[in-house]
Amino acid sequence: MSEQFYYFLQQILNGVTIGSTYALIAIGYTMVYGIIGMINFAHGEVYMIGSYAAFFVLAGLAMLGIDSLALLLIAAFALSIMITSAYGWSIERVAYRPLRGGNRLIPLISAIGMSIFLQNFVRLAQGSRDIAMPSLITGGWTIGPADAFNVTLSYMQVVIFVVTFISMTVLTAFISKSKMGRACRACAEDIGMANLLGINTNKVISITFVIGAALAAVAGVLLSMYYGVINPYLGFMAGLKAFTAAVLGGIGSIPGAVLGGLILGITEAITAGYFSSEYKDVVSFGLLCFVLLFMPTGILGKPEVEKV
Amino acid sequence: MSKSSFIDALIASVVMLILTSWLLGLQLDNQPDGLRIILNDAAHTTWVIVGVVLVFFTQLFKAPISRVFSGIKSKGQDSGFKLPAPEEKPTLYRFLTIAALAGLLIWPFVASRGAVDLATLTLIYVMLGLGLNVVVGLAGLLDLGYVGFYAVGAYTYGILNTYFGVGFWTALPIAGCLAALFGFLLGFPVLRLRGDYLAIVTLGFGEIIRIMLNNMTEVTGGPNGISQIDKPTLFGLEFNRRASSDEATLFHDFFGLDYSSNYKVIFVYLAAVLLVVLTVFVINRLLRMPIGRAWEALREDEIACRSLGLNPTIIKLSAFTIGAAFAGFAGSFFAARQGFISPESFTFIESAIILAIVVLGGMGSQVGVILAAIIMTILPEMAREFNEYRMLMFGLMMVFMMIWRPQGLLPMTRPKMEMRNG
Repeated sequence: MSEQFYYFLQQILNGVTIGSTYALIAIGYTMVYGIIGMINFAHGEVYMIGSYAAFFVLAGLAMLGIDSLALLLIAAFALSIMITSAYGWSIERVAYRPLRGGNRLIPLISAIGMSIFLQNFVRLAQGSRDIAMPSLITGGWTIGPADAFNVTLSYMQVVIFVVTFISMTVLTAFISKSKMGRACRACAEDIGMANLLGINTNKVISITFVIGAALAAVAGVLLSMYYGVINPYLGFMAGLKAFTAAVLGGIGSIPGAVLGGLILGITEAITAGYFSSEYKDVVSFGLLCFVLLFMPTGILGKPEVEKV
Repeated sequence: MSKSSFIDALIASVVMLILTSWLLGLQLDNQPDGLRIILNDAAHTTWVIVGVVLVFFTQLFKAPISRVFSGIKSKGQDSGFKLPAPEEKPTLYRFLTIAALAGLLIWPFVASRGAVDLATLTLIYVMLGLGLNVVVGLAGLLDLGYVGFYAVGAYTYGILNTYFGVGFWTALPIAGCLAALFGFLLGFPVLRLRGDYLAIVTLGFGEIIRIMLNNMTEVTGGPNGISQIDKPTLFGLEFNRRASSDEATLFHDFFGLDYSSNYKVIFVYLAAVLLVVLTVFVINRLLRMPIGRAWEALREDEIACRSLGLNPTIIKLSAFTIGAAFAGFAGSFFAARQGFISPESFTFIESAIILAIVVLGGMGSQVGVILAAIIMTILPEMAREFNEYRMLMFGLMMVFMMIWRPQGLLPMTRPKMEMRNG
């Protein structure tokens, strides 16, 4: 096997790592869009707050002298999910619920306002500088020849794969098996009809925001540990990428969000690996335009039939 | 005040505590021995307490408060301030327009230099707001990357001036045309998409432009930008203290005046007034043309438009292109006023501010947009000491405006007939 192949394999591995976290954030966008048809622009900031919560928990536990990795991870996930869920729920309550049923532009503008507000709130409370933390999970496997370029699969990447896989499985089980999941699907199908049939649609919408925020928190914990640096501005780009992923895969479709996230992550990694990392964002937005040109509803999106 | 509202208030305060206490009360700090959590100063802790108490009491007295507000609202809807359409009161409108124009022209000669400079900036935002109003307010296309066209206009003038020595008045139409071309090229594929897809693609476009400007260092100067861009001239008369070349004539020499840097500021301001008046005039005319009517019809109902034989793609494309052209004009004017441009000035926040101007003013309403642009540029200048909290307040204002007055400050009215009841 040639060196080129190993190099390519490494880019794919990096791409899948980033792509799976994009997918986690993208699910939040796609579920909200599927049910109430709005872009939750503040979702990227929820992810950013999740990263901050993770750093707080990890730093706090380290100060208490706890160094069991499993305990640290579980605490970080649990607390960060709890806090971002509270954020997701409150954002819907404050900024979106009073606006339901009007012009479609109005909740979107409110969401942009919310996003600016949250970003600046964190900036004022925590300062705008980068906060760094040494990585907790070090080491990894190397594949390939020892003397030439070889592929590294770090343990952190493995953790990202495993956690993402578990989250997706739990989400799928929830959506397809539980009573609440069935209500979610019914609302996505036709929210007015679901309301008539006695489903508490307000509750379903709140739950959707909470699930989206929880998955964003998972992504926040994983990515902040992977990169080891956070700042109040990282939510904007991550949110933009995740939304691109959701649109790429067909907004409203959960498998589409996952597919879109992976495609986007791999495209970015390959661009960064072979051309230049400065232009990776340009390439990913270009890809979005290109795909929408031929598939106006994304890869797995259902064509929408407008009825008069 | 019942028991259930007390419990609700308690829950809301606990949620508020979860949301804010850790972010405001504690702070992450990078110390030599690793990441540490330190206590934030007392001011931040006070904010948490104030916030929690505020939330508790507003939730507790939610019912009486909302009763008061609904009283105001229903009263406001009856006698609320609504601008009559120009068709209804043409004389009033003509008088107001003339008065406003006269005020605009006399004002720079009595106001301070800083105020005139600020007014120029305001006029740039007015131009941007009016341009985006065509796209968002009239045609109903959500464009989140408007700043991209603005950047195209600014860099067109910047590059033409630095590398080829082209003057402002020559570059202005070129910048407008180039921005329009960008709008056309972007619009051609994406305008077939539904509204929300359009939003994200335009947002991506704005980011692409910014990243390109940041990385094409040989042409655009990268993050350092382009500096020492020439100011506009009056028929070739320069406003500098000394002539840039032997052929150039200076304004104060020509008219036999003493040199004063105020002339330059006032001239730039007057040029901006001219451009804004032109913009208002052109858009006003367009609105009365079939194309303008078609924009609004399309915003109201695309299917009805289609069934009446209008081609939605062409109508959308025209709105998008014309909106982009105005951004191009504003951009090249911005470059001329600052004398310096860098990708920093063309971030997403700028797009959000322009969008907020359109929405705050009342989508589609020109007077409203002008008013909103003035408010949005003057207010931050007035509240200089709160500069740090500017963006925080801005975001909050966007949310609350949408909740309380989604139709904007001065919603657009059309002459209409109503059935009389009884």
